[in-house]
Amino acid sequence: MTVLDTDIRPEGPSRFVAFWQRYRRNRAAMLGLGLFVIVVIMALTAGLVAPGDPLARAADPLTPPFTNSSVPLGTDQLGRDILAGIFYGARISLLIGVIATLISIAIGVLIGALAGYFGGWVDDVLMRITEAFQTIPNFVLLLTLVAIMGSKIEWITLAIGIVSWTAPARMVRAEFMSLRGREFVDAARNLGVSNGAIIFREILPNAMPPVVVYASVIMALAILLESALAFLGLGDPNYASWGNMIGQGRAVLRTAWYCAAIPGIAIVLTVLSFSLLGEGLNDALNPRQKK
Amino acid sequence: MTEAILDIRDLRIALPKGSDRPYALDGLSLSVASGEIVCLVGESGSGKSLTAGAVMRLLPEPSVRVSGGSIQFEGDDLLSFSETAMRDIRGNRISMIFQEPMTALNPQKTVGWQIDEVLRLHMKASRAERRAHALEMLDRVHIPDPPSAYNAYPHQISGGQRQRVMIAMALSLSPRLIIADEPTTALDVTTQLQILKLIRELQREDGAGVLFITHDFGVVAEIADKVVVLRQGEVVEQGPADEVLNNPQHPYTRTLIASVPDLKPPVPKPVSDPPVVLSARGLKKTFGARGGLLSGKRRAVTAVKDLSFKLHRGETLGVVGESGSGKTTVSRIVTRLLDADQGAVELDGKDLLACSPRELRAMRKHIQMVFQDPMASLNPRKRVVDLIAQGPIVHGVPPERAREKARKLLEMVELSPAAADRFPHEFSGGQRQRIGIARALALEPRVIVADEPVSALDVSVQAQVLQLLADLRDRLDLSLLFVTHDLRVAAQLCDRIMVMQKGEVVEAGPTADVFANPQHPYTRNLLSSIPGKDWTPPVRGIDAA
Repeated sequence: MTVLDTDIRPEGPSRFVAFWQRYRRNRAAMLGLGLFVIVVIMALTAGLVAPGDPLARAADPLTPPFTNSSVPLGTDQLGRDILAGIFYGARISLLIGVIATLISIAIGVLIGALAGYFGGWVDDVLMRITEAFQTIPNFVLLLTLVAIMGSKIEWITLAIGIVSWTAPARMVRAEFMSLRGREFVDAARNLGVSNGAIIFREILPNAMPPVVVYASVIMALAILLESALAFLGLGDPNYASWGNMIGQGRAVLRTAWYCAAIPGIAIVLTVLSFSLLGEGLNDALNPRQKK
Repeated sequence: MTEAILDIRDLRIALPKGSDRPYALDGLSLSVASGEIVCLVGESGSGKSLTAGAVMRLLPEPSVRVSGGSIQFEGDDLLSFSETAMRDIRGNRISMIFQEPMTALNPQKTVGWQIDEVLRLHMKASRAERRAHALEMLDRVHIPDPPSAYNAYPHQISGGQRQRVMIAMALSLSPRLIIADEPTTALDVTTQLQILKLIRELQREDGAGVLFITHDFGVVAEIADKVVVLRQGEVVEQGPADEVLNNPQHPYTRTLIASVPDLKPPVPKPVSDPPVVLSARGLKKTFGARGGLLSGKRRAVTAVKDLSFKLHRGETLGVVGESGSGKTTVSRIVTRLLDADQGAVELDGKDLLACSPRELRAMRKHIQMVFQDPMASLNPRKRVVDLIAQGPIVHGVPPERAREKARKLLEMVELSPAAADRFPHEFSGGQRQRIGIARALALEPRVIVADEPVSALDVSVQAQVLQLLADLRDRLDLSLLFVTHDLRVAAQLCDRIMVMQKGEVVEAGPTADVFANPQHPYTRNLLSSIPGKDWTPPVRGIDAA
């Protein structure tokens, strides 16, 4: 028979290779990836570039950038090395970004998955809770939580995670609602697979791509939230974070603008890298959306 | 010989780099004369819809574009026209009827507004004249009560009526050429026949040429004057409908025609009385749309009322009906993917519907399901071997043994063992459905419920999958509950059928008896609506696949 179709198409490139080829086509996304890699390298090499305590005095206070080779980016009003601050700050920013994102995604996925899969009163209750969180502006909620829990870095990270889970929860819920009606879910139920396994093994892997994309946005927001807290003087003073640096540089903004501007640029570039990364991931994970 | 309205010469459409072939269409030549219906037939991926796109100049350029040949429309070269000139032609002198009338109509606008839009763009007439013309068109397509349909929104009228509205829109400016892209595929058989008759009737009156795209040889037999058969972008055969249908020359055409299921039911099995495996009693299901906290309840719809049947060992029972007849609901109640309101489904003397969740999970291995859409029913993120082995693993078979068995099952459904480590998206529709069947067999069930298992497949693949199901049923002594809307398919496979209408069985009996001597008027109507029923495919039987 001429149209017998039991021979199989040759194997295409593996998923990862295909993904990378699509990702590489987007120049802005490659720029984002480049910036991200630089930030990661900075975080990893902080101990090599600036050994010792970044909060210790390194040179005369308020040395302008490019005037003293031992402190290339100058010092702040307490004589602390700005370059060391930027490198060590990258660690804190990434740490807060990654952990707060994991916390918020974990809460969001759990609540969204339960609400979307079971529907009915479970959905009603969980969504009303979500809406209660959404009605409070998240920075106000963050300030309240930090005021209650104190401004240790662990609590700040947890608090940022807690204020940013609502959007992923709604997103996962929407994905689950559309996926739970698909036939492969019925097929799994028909095999006798339990609800838990259906939620986490069958549906969740299919619901993840948009969540992964959104995670990059949360990461950027988490870094911004931490900086904003530090700017208001509510950050953890025991760590050199970019927000702390801006917060302290504010006092000398008119005479030594660079104390605030340099960490500001670092924040802008890092947040930009996450946004570009997210957009690139989105295009590469959903190739059919564009063209 | 009347002059050609549309004359396509050596049309070639290029696909973007990295596609499975360089040209979607390669060297297509055809002509449509006035008053003629030319059917473009082919399986999915043959390039038939792109032909329509090329004529309308609606290809997704520049990635897919015409790279050679000419398209002459009433003597003008369509490919040389500017976009503005094309806009003037589209809808006015060439119009198109789409497959899915629900998505082709704007849900936000009334039917009248949408017909009026076409007239407003191409006709200089006052509002009152346009309205009169629109009403006349609605009347011509036999819509009952045109003034009320004029003010209705698309969701307020039935699928068949929506397609009539589409036809009214397409014909309202008396175009010279009508392109119909699978216009009846989404419709029930009885509606399909009415729409086919309507297209034929209107086209006779206006003398327009019709380029009719379809995959269904039954429809071709019903409507075509000329037939063009496409395979993978190449014309393999063309000629007058009689010739192609009754005396096909090219082997591919012969295969396609041979794959059209025969309307002759199988010879009834010798009367023995095998034990009853599955029996359903008094099933009832009402869908009451759930009201939220603040919204009131919507009107309930009875999907199945008081349905009973028995399924014997080794037997195939067909559940036949049009959309909305409740046949899919039956398949989901029996497998308990849906909970029935009332009734009992007994499998080996145990009521499936009364089982606790734990008992149910254990019972599930006796009754398995093959789903309609082979793409949607396989989790895209799992390898084939894991998909098939999943059921046994859930039921306590050690994973290694289950996987080993899954590989054997692949062989049983005629897939190469190399398929085991691939993902579902790497397979064609027919292959995916084989994987679905292997998954259902993995638990060694007594009963398989198949919900339209072949309706998403091309006709030649359909024949193979049906053959496979029949073979496996006989080899493994399975009982099959086979849900379908397609009477040709039912005739192929089912020993007995029950015909459902609006949630009730109107007729049941051995397939041969029902087909030869239908009792209920609804059954008679269904049988007489099968497209191409008067045409008997010349190549008898199906080669063993």
